[in-house]
Amino acid sequence: MTIGTDDGLATYNFAYLDEQTKRMIRRAILKGIAIPGYQVPFASREMPMPYGWGTGGVQVTASIIGPDDVLKVIDQGADDTTNAVSIRAFFAKVADVETTTETAKASIIQTRHRIPEEKLKDGQILVYQVPIPEPLRFLEPRETETRKMHALAEYGLMHVKLYEDIAKNGHIATTYAYPVKVEDRYVMDPSPTPKFDNPKMHMSDALQLFGAGREKRIYAVPPHTKVVSLDFEDYPFEIQTFEEPCAMCGAQGVYLDEVILDDRGGRMFVCSDTDYCEKRREDGHRGHLAGDAMEAAE
Amino acid sequence: MSDQPLLRVSGVSKFYGNRIGCKDVSFDLWPGEVLAIVGESGSGKTTLLNCISTRLMPTAGTVSYRMRDGQFRDLYRMGEAERRFLMRTDWGFVHQNPADGLRMSVSAGANVGERLMAVGERHYGNIRETATDWLGRVEIDADRIDDQPRAFSGGMRQRLQIARNLVTGPRLVFMDEPTGGLDVSVQARLLDLLRGLVNDLGLAVVVVTHDLAVARLLSHRMMVMKDGAVVETGLTDRVLDDPRAPYTQLLVSSILQV
Repeated sequence: MTIGTDDGLATYNFAYLDEQTKRMIRRAILKGIAIPGYQVPFASREMPMPYGWGTGGVQVTASIIGPDDVLKVIDQGADDTTNAVSIRAFFAKVADVETTTETAKASIIQTRHRIPEEKLKDGQILVYQVPIPEPLRFLEPRETETRKMHALAEYGLMHVKLYEDIAKNGHIATTYAYPVKVEDRYVMDPSPTPKFDNPKMHMSDALQLFGAGREKRIYAVPPHTKVVSLDFEDYPFEIQTFEEPCAMCGAQGVYLDEVILDDRGGRMFVCSDTDYCEKRREDGHRGHLAGDAMEAAE
Repeated sequence: MSDQPLLRVSGVSKFYGNRIGCKDVSFDLWPGEVLAIVGESGSGKTTLLNCISTRLMPTAGTVSYRMRDGQFRDLYRMGEAERRFLMRTDWGFVHQNPADGLRMSVSAGANVGERLMAVGERHYGNIRETATDWLGRVEIDADRIDDQPRAFSGGMRQRLQIARNLVTGPRLVFMDEPTGGLDVSVQARLLDLLRGLVNDLGLAVVVVTHDLAVARLLSHRMMVMKDGAVVETGLTDRVLDDPRAPYTQLLVSSILQV
């Protein structure tokens, strides 16, 4: 199936990639699903965007998307930032699919560094853009050695990193790309999502796919899979907590972004997940900086 | 002492193409015994050490090790996972250059703790306590525990490397020129420390050195190598005081007298 253009230029194959490439990527995805957390090498293609902008995630999305899918793209939780807008526009153009900003309506959600606050459902697919898939990379620079370590499940080194954190900072100071063990076997980098999102990966109803374009790796966490964050017995894994609720919607227990308001130290904390925040405001929730929209409405 | 050797090396040869690395070397190493392999540069000492420590596949011969259950196992017939596990629990390897054996960008405490974490220790407090204890035993001040080895002197690095290897209570340690590149006073202190540790822990050690003084101080038995072959073996004092092979006589008479 091809998508034509009106101006007589060459036409794209559906979802940009040719069918042979999609087939190759789907095989890598299937292998990844069969071995949860294992990094499957694949022949990453050049995409019409620079490395580091989500070429891995885009290739995964392009390989799994169909004409009936509804696509949502988020960048740090927001639907309206450059990366999210341009990838959404890309697929609207090359696959002619419906796009949305609503988490519940989407069948595929491509994400850069967040998992939506709303619980994902059975049948949804979350596609992560991954810059560095190898969790051991900064401890062991040799790829031959890290592959061997994965193969033999030698993961003592991962705890060396956490040990260093505690020795230097008094607590595990890793806040994003926090290493997890998948199904008691492979240690995996959950991509640079805040560790706040790690518990959401555990036993998720949705399929989670990870694509690293520059590093040419795909890995996956199938639905209902054990995902455990690494820790020490005396320094257990903890997620970030926030002292105040979202300034716009008053939500608590969600991941907040700090927004600087002026140059005199003014700041506010708002939901990083824009769709979640908007929904709550539509439902009438108000934070302390949300203005008096409610009174105006009355 | 046990009535069985810890390590059995028989007929180990390594060829690099047509060149000989080491040729038909056999010996037994007993628990608690320190064996020195001496010889000039290029005599095949390090090749032999690498062959028996599974770092280099020999061309011929077998190396078997008595596991903790008392069974002898051929090292080159074990699975890689088991071999690597053995290397980081029951064995140690002290490199000549500490940078090869240490992780230079993580703290001293983590360097010592790495082996513990690799065998499943998951309690930070215990790991740190053990690391502190071991730093003390190799005479590194406890307040240096969070410093990186880059900030250490050569002698301290070498002592840290030794602590990192001994923390899992190995039975066999390989050392490749452990005092190479250290000045004489630091060397003397390190040798003194090593001798103490080897005695206290009852370690079996294979130490490769070109320095006969190191062999004299540390080892019970020595093997003299030349051009890949063993030319003489015997008790250290006997070999050094009454060398029989012409090459050993040359080697012993080449020691500089102060």
